[in-house]
Amino acid sequence: MSTMSTESAMSTESTEKPQQAKPKLAVYKFASCDGCQLQLLDACGKLMQLADRVEIAHFLEASSRVEPGPYDLGLVEGSISTAEDIERIHAIRKECRFLVTIGACATSGGIQALRNWGQIDDFLSAVYASPETISSLEKSTPIADHVPVDFELRGCPIDPGQLLELITSVVLGRRPKLPSQSVCVECKSRGTVCVAVARGVPCLGPVTQAGCGAICPAHDRECFGCYGPAEAVNLVSLTSFYEQQGAPRDKLTRLVRGINGYAQAFREESNRLEATADGGAKGRP
Amino acid sequence: MQRENHPAGPGRCQVDGSPQAAVGDWVWLNVADLQLLIDALRHDGRRVVGPQVADAAVVYRDLERAADLPRGWIDEQDGGHYRLRRDEAAGVFDHVVGPHSLKNFLFPARETIGRFLREDGTWRQLDDLPPEPPLAVIGVRACDLAGLAIQDRVFLGGESVDPGYRRRRESLFLVAVNCRRAAATCFCHSTGCGPAVSAGFDLALTERDGRFACEVGSERGAAVLATVSAATSLLACSHDEVSAARGQPAALEQAMHARQEEAGQPKPRSLNTEGIRDLLFDNLEHPRWEEVASRCLSCTNCTLVCPTCFCSSVGEVADLSGDAVERERHWASCFTLDHARMHGTSVRSSTASRYRQWLTHKLAGWIDQFGTSGCTGCGRCITWCPVGIDITEEVAAIRDTAGQKESPA
Repeated sequence: MSTMSTESAMSTESTEKPQQAKPKLAVYKFASCDGCQLQLLDACGKLMQLADRVEIAHFLEASSRVEPGPYDLGLVEGSISTAEDIERIHAIRKECRFLVTIGACATSGGIQALRNWGQIDDFLSAVYASPETISSLEKSTPIADHVPVDFELRGCPIDPGQLLELITSVVLGRRPKLPSQSVCVECKSRGTVCVAVARGVPCLGPVTQAGCGAICPAHDRECFGCYGPAEAVNLVSLTSFYEQQGAPRDKLTRLVRGINGYAQAFREESNRLEATADGGAKGRP
Repeated sequence: MQRENHPAGPGRCQVDGSPQAAVGDWVWLNVADLQLLIDALRHDGRRVVGPQVADAAVVYRDLERAADLPRGWIDEQDGGHYRLRRDEAAGVFDHVVGPHSLKNFLFPARETIGRFLREDGTWRQLDDLPPEPPLAVIGVRACDLAGLAIQDRVFLGGESVDPGYRRRRESLFLVAVNCRRAAATCFCHSTGCGPAVSAGFDLALTERDGRFACEVGSERGAAVLATVSAATSLLACSHDEVSAARGQPAALEQAMHARQEEAGQPKPRSLNTEGIRDLLFDNLEHPRWEEVASRCLSCTNCTLVCPTCFCSSVGEVADLSGDAVERERHWASCFTLDHARMHGTSVRSSTASRYRQWLTHKLAGWIDQFGTSGCTGCGRCITWCPVGIDITEEVAAIRDTAGQKESPA
């Protein structure tokens, strides 16, 4: 993951001068469910406070009024799914000083990247009455596959608290303080008993980045990897142990190939699991 | 248990004419008396915490009813494996240690240690951290007490004393329990930390045929027991009963030393600590570090369940205005890249270097730093490792092939 430069024209001093222009924020949508943008709206209590510090210049989900660019911070939701998306993201990169991807779609291709393991024409003919009217790329890919990205805010959806921390860090001109360790840290910190150890449920927590607060294990469910791979992961060791404990190979493949299945570490592991299952290798995107 | 209603007579606790147990005395408590004990502790304004079955494990939770104690539950533990099993013959405390320890309460995962406000360009520290009630913990084992003694050296020893830890520690009331069984992951017998509870408690319970021989370990313990005895009369343990109660953990210790590996059963753990400091420091380039790194997830679980790991990180959390700041301390782990990050990069970038840092600090560096090993033999790091990495197995592997060096790449 790339990190944001600590250099910024928006230093603490400058924000104290009332005449100083507020940083301009733009929010963009690509192939996605809008859930991450809704998290920004959901942070409403603090959004009004945010509006005092940041000029929300381009946020179609909230207002059809659009201020012209360039923008200081661009938040991008969604994956690249059409040829038009590619052109648009290049234009957006040019008009944003900091470009931050928000959510699993933008950072790893999202759940729609499951199509990357199949044939696009098969899906089109199975789903649409007139598939010839659909113009779609063969694969759903993350924003960083197309343009340089300054920071990735993970999650499906993103956490409003993390989003505010990110925006605050841009306003104050400092590095965002966001975790990159495993979900296990959050489970242990809240006293949640490990579902993998105590229930024998294969869980992606040990290889998934923290940020959700370990919601699923706290409700007796395994981690589904919504925040993508953690900073240092060892998927082979984890899935091998689960398999040794009796978890079926195809179940593990589906677990790893989920919401962030196209993120590099998860993608490589589900491909490995599939390729080494019953000696049969399948298509590897 | 037969109850006596007449005033103090032969066989009753009687110290200096007072019908109350004193430090060093032993009295019998039954299960109903445990409720009186909880009530007495709560009546004194304490928050009472005890083991309970929740989320498929025995964990420490706030305890109001003695009936919520995990009577009839046994825990089976192995590397990366914990299962509760119902056993109607099992007593109240026949589980061993779960994922929680005293650390969760004395050195909490997250703590606000300061609040600050900027007004007219000047910072002011607010003195309004919420007060915490004194804590009583029921069910603490010998290894937990050993872990507490180690954390005491870390947080209270030397020049830097941790104020929050000291506050909680000074008011801490401990009802210890002598273990009657050991999990396969338990190895306190080889670290000298158990299974017998010997010191550092206010009251200590030894479960015998459905009742508890209770040893008084402190004046505070005696005072709480006096409240209990005001509600019911307590029988003193006879000399023979005390000997039998003392013999119980001693017998378990012998049994732990005699444990043998059996087919189809989890391997019973033990740790050879002889010369362990030099063994580890002399084998910093041993190929085993790379081997264990191929299995290690760097997920931090071992450090967070360890009752003695004490690393933390302190940071300021500001609101969007930057004028209201809270200083927070939270658990940190040497398995994260951030832990060794300096000048923008982590000086322990490989998993092998992070595992080596943890193990050599725990079992060797700790001896230099605090005059004690950092390991109590509780086995939590083995059970709660998602892939079952076993600290005793790693040390044994290095000991068996000491002197080997990683061939230069």
